[in-house]
Amino acid sequence: MQFPVLSVIAFTPIVAAIFILLIPSDRKTEIRAAALAAATFALGLSVWVYFSYDVQASGYQFVERYSWLPQLGISYFVGVDGMSAPLVLLAGLVMFTGVLISWGVDDRPREFFAFLFILATGVFGVFIALDLFMLFFFYEIAVFPMYLLIAIWGWKVTREYAAMKLTLYLFIGSVIALVGALGMYFASGLGTFDMIALESANFTATFQKIVFPFVFFGFAILGGIFPFHNWSPDGHVAAPTAVSMFHAGVLMKLGAFAALRVGIMLLPEGAKFHMSWIIILTLVNVVYGAFIAFVQTDFKYVIGFSSVSHMGLVLMGFATLTSDGLLGAGVQMFSHGIMTALFFAVVGMVYDQAHTREIPKLGGVRIAMPLVAVAFIIGGLVSMGMPGFSGFVAEFPIFMGLWDSYPWIAWVAVISIVITAAYIIRIIGKVFFGKIPEEFKEHLHDVRALDKVALVVLSAVLIIVGIYPTIMVPMVQSGVENVLRLLGGA
Amino acid sequence: MEFISDHLLTLILFTPVISAVILMFIAGDQDKLIRWVALVLSLIPLTLTIYLWVNFNPDQPGFQFQEYYTWYSPINASFHVGVDGISLTMVLLTTLLTPLCILASFTIKDRVKTYMILFFLLQMGMLGVFLSLDLLIFFVFWEFGLVPMYFLINQWGSEKGTRTIFGRTINARTYASYKFIIYTMAGSLGLLLAIQMIGVVTGTFDLIELFQMWPSVEGVVLGIPVSTLKAAAFWAFVLAFAIKVPVWPFHTWLPDAHTEAPTAGSMILAGVLLKLGGYGFLRFVLPLYPVESQRYAIILGFLAVMGIIWGAFSAYGQTDFKRLVAYSSVNHMGFVVLGIAAAAYAINTQDATIALEGAVLQMFNHGLSAAAMFFLVGVLYERTHTRDLDKYGGLFALIPVYGAILIFTSMASLGLPGLNGFISEFLVVRGVWPIFTLFTILSMLGLFFTGAYILKGIKGVLHGPLNKNWIGHITEINPREVLVIAPLMILMLWIGVWPAWILDVINKAVIWFYQIN
Repeated sequence: MQFPVLSVIAFTPIVAAIFILLIPSDRKTEIRAAALAAATFALGLSVWVYFSYDVQASGYQFVERYSWLPQLGISYFVGVDGMSAPLVLLAGLVMFTGVLISWGVDDRPREFFAFLFILATGVFGVFIALDLFMLFFFYEIAVFPMYLLIAIWGWKVTREYAAMKLTLYLFIGSVIALVGALGMYFASGLGTFDMIALESANFTATFQKIVFPFVFFGFAILGGIFPFHNWSPDGHVAAPTAVSMFHAGVLMKLGAFAALRVGIMLLPEGAKFHMSWIIILTLVNVVYGAFIAFVQTDFKYVIGFSSVSHMGLVLMGFATLTSDGLLGAGVQMFSHGIMTALFFAVVGMVYDQAHTREIPKLGGVRIAMPLVAVAFIIGGLVSMGMPGFSGFVAEFPIFMGLWDSYPWIAWVAVISIVITAAYIIRIIGKVFFGKIPEEFKEHLHDVRALDKVALVVLSAVLIIVGIYPTIMVPMVQSGVENVLRLLGGA
Repeated sequence: MEFISDHLLTLILFTPVISAVILMFIAGDQDKLIRWVALVLSLIPLTLTIYLWVNFNPDQPGFQFQEYYTWYSPINASFHVGVDGISLTMVLLTTLLTPLCILASFTIKDRVKTYMILFFLLQMGMLGVFLSLDLLIFFVFWEFGLVPMYFLINQWGSEKGTRTIFGRTINARTYASYKFIIYTMAGSLGLLLAIQMIGVVTGTFDLIELFQMWPSVEGVVLGIPVSTLKAAAFWAFVLAFAIKVPVWPFHTWLPDAHTEAPTAGSMILAGVLLKLGGYGFLRFVLPLYPVESQRYAIILGFLAVMGIIWGAFSAYGQTDFKRLVAYSSVNHMGFVVLGIAAAAYAINTQDATIALEGAVLQMFNHGLSAAAMFFLVGVLYERTHTRDLDKYGGLFALIPVYGAILIFTSMASLGLPGLNGFISEFLVVRGVWPIFTLFTILSMLGLFFTGAYILKGIKGVLHGPLNKNWIGHITEINPREVLVIAPLMILMLWIGVWPAWILDVINKAVIWFYQIN
C-alpha cells in the first residue's frame, strides 16, 4: 500500500492540536516549538506532494479511499488533481508562515495554536476531499474555529461583531449549499456522495439550472462574491494576524474551490446557464472592490477590500468557463493566497508596534523595518498585476478568457488594475516611505528573525511563480482540462 | 566563447540582474566599494554589446542571435529574443548610457546600494523591451521598467519643491513619481487588452509569426468584425507608446518627472525610456497595423508637429534650466514621431526609408544629447543648488571648461551641422518633405524656436553680467564628470562627421524589416 500522504497532511494539524493541548499552558516556548514542528512537517509533505504530482498523467492522484458509512454511500475518499495540488501547497505555506508570525501571541498561545490547527485540518480536508459529504465535513471544521479565533484573540473594538457576522454568513452559505448538495444526492439516484461518480450522474438540464445557484452561491459567499462580500473585510480586520492570513489567504479559496468543484464540475449545464449574469456580479467585485479599497483609511481595511477585488477575479475566471479563464483563476487562487497572507503579515507587524492602522498617522516605517517594506512592495507589485510577479501570470489568462467569452467585461475590469496601482502606491508612499511621525521614532524597531523568515518565504514564492510560470502552470492546466471535459470540451 | 556567442542576448539582458544580486551581498555602508563594483559590473553588458555589434552581420536579413525557451506554454507565450539593426542600436544606447549614469551617480550618498540595484533592474527592463520577440515578454519588460524608475524619482528625486493638489501640499517628487507611474500604467492598460485580444484571436504571441499572420487576419472574431477590433487595438498600441514618447498632448507627465528625478534618473529617462515609445511604434505599430497606420498617419503626423512646435515654445518659456531641457525632449522626440508617421503614410517608398532611418538615428542621437544635457544641468545644480536661469549669469568666466562642454552639447542638441543632431533631423525632414510638405514647413517653425531656447539656456548660464555670488563658490567640472560626458561628446562628433557606420546598420534593417523594395 502506498503511503497515505494526503491523510497525513490533513491530520497532522489536528493531531498536533491535541498534543499541544496536553502541554501545560505556561510552557509557551514548548507550545510554540511543537506548533512550528507540526507546521514544518505538513509543509514538507505538501511540497513533496506538489512536486511528485505527475503532470503528464494528470487526473486524481495520491488517492485514498475507505468506506465510512456505506449505508449512505459515504466514504473517506481523498485525492488531488492539478487544481487542488497548488492549493494544498498554499495551505501548507500559509500554515507554516502563520505559525512563525504568531510567535508573539502571548494570550493563551496553547488554545490559539490548537484552534488554528483545527482550522488547518479543515482547510486541507476541503482541498483533498473527493466525497461530497467529506467536503462538507471539513468545510464546517474550517469555519467553526474561525469564530473563536476572532472572538477571543481578535481586535478588541469589533471582534464580537465581526466574528458573529462572519460565522452567520458562512453558515447560511453552507446550509444553502448543503440543500443543493442533498438535492444532487437524491436526484442522482446513485446513492453515493462520491464526486467522481456524481460527475457522470447525468442530471437533467432543468435540475441543474435550478440547483446550481444554491450550490454556487452557497460556497461563493466564502469566496467573497458581491453582494455577499461584506462579512469579509470586517472579518479580516478583526482577526489576529495569523488568522487573517489564513482567512484571506486560504479560507476564501476554499469557497471558490468548492464552488468550482461542486458547482461547476458537477452541474456544468447549470453553470453555462447562469454564468452569463454571475459574471456581472464578479465584475462588480473586481471594480467596486478596488474603489472601496482606495477610499479606506485603515491599512487593514484596504487589504481586506483588495481581497474582495482579487477574489472577484478568481470567480470571474471561473465564470468565463474557458480554458484560459479557468487556468488564470487556478493560478490566481494560489497567487492571491500567498500575496494576501504576505499583506496581512505586514499589516500585523506594523500594527504590533505602531498600535494604529490609520494610514494618515503612519509614516517612514521603512527606516525601522526595511525588510517589511520590501516585502510589502513585492506583494503590492503582485497585487497590481505587475509583469514578472505571480499576479501577472494569473491575471493575464483570466483576461484572455474574458476576450473569448465576454470581451466588453475585459474593458471594464481592466480599470481595476489602475485603481489597485493607485491604492498600493499610496500606501507604499505614505506608510513605508514618507516622514516618520515623532511618536514612532523611538519605539519602532525591526521585526523578529522568525518574522523575516516568513516574509522571505512568501515573497520568494511570488517571484518564482512570476518569473518561471512553468513551475505551476502546466499542473493547473491539467486540472483545467478535467473541468473542460465536464463542460463538454468548451 | 561558444557559450557566450550562443547566449549573447540572454547574457546582456540578465547580467544587470546578476549585478544587482551581487550588490545585495555588499554591506550597505560600504558606499565607495558599492559604487566601483556597480560601475565595473555595468561595463560587462557594454562589452558584450560591442562584441554583439562587431559580430552582427548587417547584410543578413532577419533577426540574429535568436534564443527561444518555453515560458508559459498553455497560452503559447515563450521567452524569445533576437536583434535586428533597429534594436541593436537601441541596445547599444542602453548599455552605453548605464555605466555613464552610474558614474554620474557617484555623488549619491543616500542608500547607495538600493539605488544601484534599482538602476540595474531598470536597465534590464529596458533591454528586455528592445530584445523581445514575443508580445507577452515584451509587455513584461515594458511594465517592469516602471517600478525602479518610480522609486528612483520618489526616493532620490529633488528634495525641494512642493505641489498643491486638491488643497493638500505634497512633495514635488511624490507628485511627479505618482503622476509618472499612473499615467504610464493607464496607457499600458489598452496595450495589455490589445495584446490579450491578439493572443486570443491568433493563438500565439510570437512576433515573427504575428508579423506574418496578424495583418492579414480577416472576418469576424468574438462577434465583432476584425477590422473594428484591429482599429481599436491599433489605438490602444498608439496610446501606450504615445504616452511614453511622449507625443503631444500626452506629454504632461514628462516635465514633472524629468525635473524631479535625480540627475542619472533624468539621463536614463530622456536617454532611453522615451525611446521605448518610439521603438514601440517602429517595432509593433507599423508592421502589425500597416493599414490602420496608413489611414491614421495624418493624425499622428499632426500631433508630432504640435509636439515639435509647442515643445519648443514651452521650452523657451521656462526659467528652470532642467524644465527647459525636459521640454526640449518633447520637441526632439516629435521629429521621431513625424518620421514614423510619414513613413507609415507612404510605406514602400524611398522617402519612407529615409524618414525611418532618420527616426531611428534621431532616437539614438537624442539619447546621447539629452543624457548629456541633463548631466550638465545636474553638474551645475550640485554646485549651485538652483536651477533658476535668472540666478546664474556669466559663469563662463568662472568655469570655462564646463562652459565649452555645455556649448558643444547644446549645439549637438540644436542640430548644428557637423554634429549628430543635424544628420538625423536632416534625414527626417528630407524623408518627410515629399510626403507631408505642410507639416515639414510647420516643423521648421519649431526648429527655429529650438535655436531660441538653446541659446536662452546658454545665455542664462554662461553669458550676461557675472553674478558675483558665485565667485569662490563654484568649482570647475571635475575629471570624473568629464569622464561621464566625454564618451557622449566623442559619439556626437563621430556620428556628425562620419555617420555611415551606424546608418549602414539601420538602413539595411529598415529595408528588410518594412520590406521596402
